[in-house]
Amino acid sequence: MILSMTDICKDYPMGKSVTQVLKNVNLSVSEGDYIAIMGPSGSGKTTLMNIIGCLDVPTSGEYLFGEKDIKKCKKKQLADLRNKKIGFVFQSFNLLPKLTALDNVALPLLYGGVRRSERRRRAKEALERVGLADRVDYRPDQLSGGQCQRVAIARAIVGNPDVILADEPTGALDSQSGAQVMDLFHTLHEQGATILMITHDRNVAEHAETIMHIKDGVLTGGDQDE
Amino acid sequence: MFENIGLAFQGVWSHKLRSFLTMLGIIIGIAAIITIVSTIKGTNEQIKKNLIGSGTNTVQISLNRDGNEYDLQWSALPEGVRTVTEEDLSELRKLEGVKEASAYRYRSYADGIFYGNTAYSGALYGIDSHYFAANNYIINSGRGFTADDYTKYRKTAIVESTVASSLFNGEDPVGRTIEIMSEPYTVVGVVSQVVVNEPVINNLQDYYMYSAESGGTIFIPDVCWDISYRYDEPQRVVIRAKTTDEMATAGKAAADWLSENLIQGNTYAYKASDLLEQASNLQSLSQTTNNQLIWIAGISLLVGGIGVMNIMLVSVTERTREIGLKIAIGARGRRILWQFLTEAAVLTLMGGLLGVGAGIGLAYMLSNVMGTPVAISIPACVIAVAFSTLIGIIFGLVPAVKASRLNPIEALRHE
Ligand SMILES: Nc1ncnc2c1ncn2[C@@H]1O[C@H](COP(=O)(O)OP(=O)(O)O)[C@@H](O)[C@H]1O
Ligand SMILES: [Mg+2]
Repeated sequence: MILSMTDICKDYPMGKSVTQVLKNVNLSVSEGDYIAIMGPSGSGKTTLMNIIGCLDVPTSGEYLFGEKDIKKCKKKQLADLRNKKIGFVFQSFNLLPKLTALDNVALPLLYGGVRRSERRRRAKEALERVGLADRVDYRPDQLSGGQCQRVAIARAIVGNPDVILADEPTGALDSQSGAQVMDLFHTLHEQGATILMITHDRNVAEHAETIMHIKDGVLTGGDQDE
Repeated sequence: MFENIGLAFQGVWSHKLRSFLTMLGIIIGIAAIITIVSTIKGTNEQIKKNLIGSGTNTVQISLNRDGNEYDLQWSALPEGVRTVTEEDLSELRKLEGVKEASAYRYRSYADGIFYGNTAYSGALYGIDSHYFAANNYIINSGRGFTADDYTKYRKTAIVESTVASSLFNGEDPVGRTIEIMSEPYTVVGVVSQVVVNEPVINNLQDYYMYSAESGGTIFIPDVCWDISYRYDEPQRVVIRAKTTDEMATAGKAAADWLSENLIQGNTYAYKASDLLEQASNLQSLSQTTNNQLIWIAGISLLVGGIGVMNIMLVSVTERTREIGLKIAIGARGRRILWQFLTEAAVLTLMGGLLGVGAGIGLAYMLSNVMGTPVAISIPACVIAVAFSTLIGIIFGLVPAVKASRLNPIEALRHE
């Protein structure tokens, strides 16, 4: 078991009332899972992803990451957890424009306190895995959207995280680059990676082993619910 | 850490114009301070050289009352003060650090001195036979005072070279007769003091000091003082210290000895003029004037600091997404904090370095144009650079803390 959520709720205060964005969400992710969470815009996907990624805290409910109770973690511990156990892939890549592909990929290792030579070696390796061995010294503005997203995926996997969290990874890509990215996820999954992906696109969700649905903050489907 | 500094330099470099404009306040402030400090230091060293570095190592000891020199020109003879004898002087020479001692009588602006119809306004000295040696005078023409001049009470006078031109219109004074309080004196020689450094006049205080001396000096044998002036006027004493370092202690020892042995009661006392103290008085005088300038420079630094804070806040806003991403992938708050602090510090460090360079340049330029002396103080430069870096850290703190506390979710949504 990599992570498990029980009765997770998230409220946002809206004036005097509160909006319930997540309602009693139960979710568990095991090693080797490839899960897609599907739902329309505004259904609470990103909110859920932020909580899973320890960027946000739930209003109520229990969230265990490995053995750790997230509620009891300090900011610093959460930062370390995000650094070592989670790989993020964002819709809009979020690469640092002034850094080369290699330096972008090596960034999490820098924050993890890895030595420079080791960082470069592992970043190169990660770029090879996403098929960009020949683009190490390119900066993001010299790469296509699909290549940028593959660099971002390399950054997500460089620290061998327990789980890769991808929020609409193909949302900003044309269909061809999108397909390439999905192929890459497929390969990574076959190599043993655990992937949790969010999308509103059925064709994208279908690449996953398990599809779950979220609507108005209620998560359904998948093995967990039965 | 080094990565941070490297990245910070890159950041500064990638916004050259903006960085420069941000640094400008710091550059101007630091440059002003360095210019002022260099000029102060130059002036001080010049003053010190003029006062004590003339190589004579002489200390003047004068009779004081209530902390001021007792003015014999306008006042009655002091009661309970006897005159200095040859024996007293030989006792003084035995004191630690004293090489030579001489007693003399003195008027800063002597009255009743004429050459023909020309009145003299300058100093008059009634000196013993040691005086010229004690004060490092050399004879330019004519002769010095001889033993006969003293024993036979010859009304002879020796003039300083400046008097030769001021009173005698450039004619050779030797052999001419001047009138001192209606008594005729024959000028027998022209002397000048061996001064290692030419005096440079930087400010009003210097000017007063210098002009008091440069009105000229006329010397007569002290035995003749009684003829033109009063009997038994107490003398001034000048001692020559063995080394410059001993000037203060030797001067004080001699003054104390004189007070103890020549004076009854507490009304009067002999005091050595401490030239080092005078020098530092002058220094503090010039420093007060310049302190105001330093304040102005300080305000410029403050404005510069606020400019840095402003630009760092802009930078934090511009890079909100970048910060959000870094926090998301596990950068701790402290690392973000340091990143921005380093950037602000690098910015102001460079500003400080440029400011020091500009300040040194400006000081030398001023020196060329206005003739002010310059001395570069390395500690001042180091402190200036360190201080400007500190300004960066202080004013970078607010933006850096702001950056480190960003909410990553909102930061990543930022456009
Ligand atoms: N910080 C917030 N404050 C208030 N409401 C929010 C906040 N973040 C998200 N929401 C609301 O929560 C709902 C779900 O948003 P989100 O998780 O981004 O949906 P999705 O990613 O599925 O499009 C939306 O109605 C949105 O308006
Ligand atoms: Mg979303």
